[in-house]
Amino acid sequence: MGECCGNIKTRLIYSCSGCVDVGEIADKVARKLTIEGYGKMTCLASISAGISGTIASAKSADENVTVDGCSVACARKTLENIGVKPAESYTLTEMWLEKGKTTVSEEIIDVVSQQIKQGIVSEAQSKKEQGNNKNTGCSCGSC
Amino acid sequence: MKIEILGMGCPKCKKTTQNAQQAVEELGIDAEIIKVEELEKITEYGVMMTPALVIDGEVKVAGKIPSKQDIMNWIEEKK
Repeated sequence: MGECCGNIKTRLIYSCSGCVDVGEIADKVARKLTIEGYGKMTCLASISAGISGTIASAKSADENVTVDGCSVACARKTLENIGVKPAESYTLTEMWLEKGKTTVSEEIIDVVSQQIKQGIVSEAQSKKEQGNNKNTGCSCGSC
Repeated sequence: MKIEILGMGCPKCKKTTQNAQQAVEELGIDAEIIKVEELEKITEYGVMMTPALVIDGEVKVAGKIPSKQDIMNWIEEKK
């Protein structure tokens, strides 16, 4: 369990923990981030199951961070479905990993964990986020 | 009605209990207020932060002290 009486910032981490390689890496990254004290991993399935305690915790946390393996973004969408917008959302395939082509290794888990702790988002993901904020321009995809 | 206050006994948990007692008194309802301090029981509810307040098995808030008014509203919803 997280904090009680203190005024320490509460950061909860959710991973999609999906069945493919990037889902497994997302799961292990979330566990590593918890061990390293970056935040506290919480059961995403519990949110999906409608467990009131987990939902109330997500709504009260200072920060919620989602780690998704692929762009289906189950973790982020699960939180959004209960009206919680994550403070940070990471999608491993939009960082640098390839779905179905990545070997799960300690080295990759270490690198991704470090990047999340440093708030590093890939160039591709940044561009996509910038694009989502644009209200002008054509839709050709090459501009 | 059963109101449970989840927490290890810190000042925030005590304040939550106090607010719950005042809410029950003000509404004049028959409710049992129970303090749950055992970590095992607290985690069974899935809460990640305390204090938490549970009404008839549903966690209404976690990690914050609910106001008396909040608790009164939740009790009214459950009636």
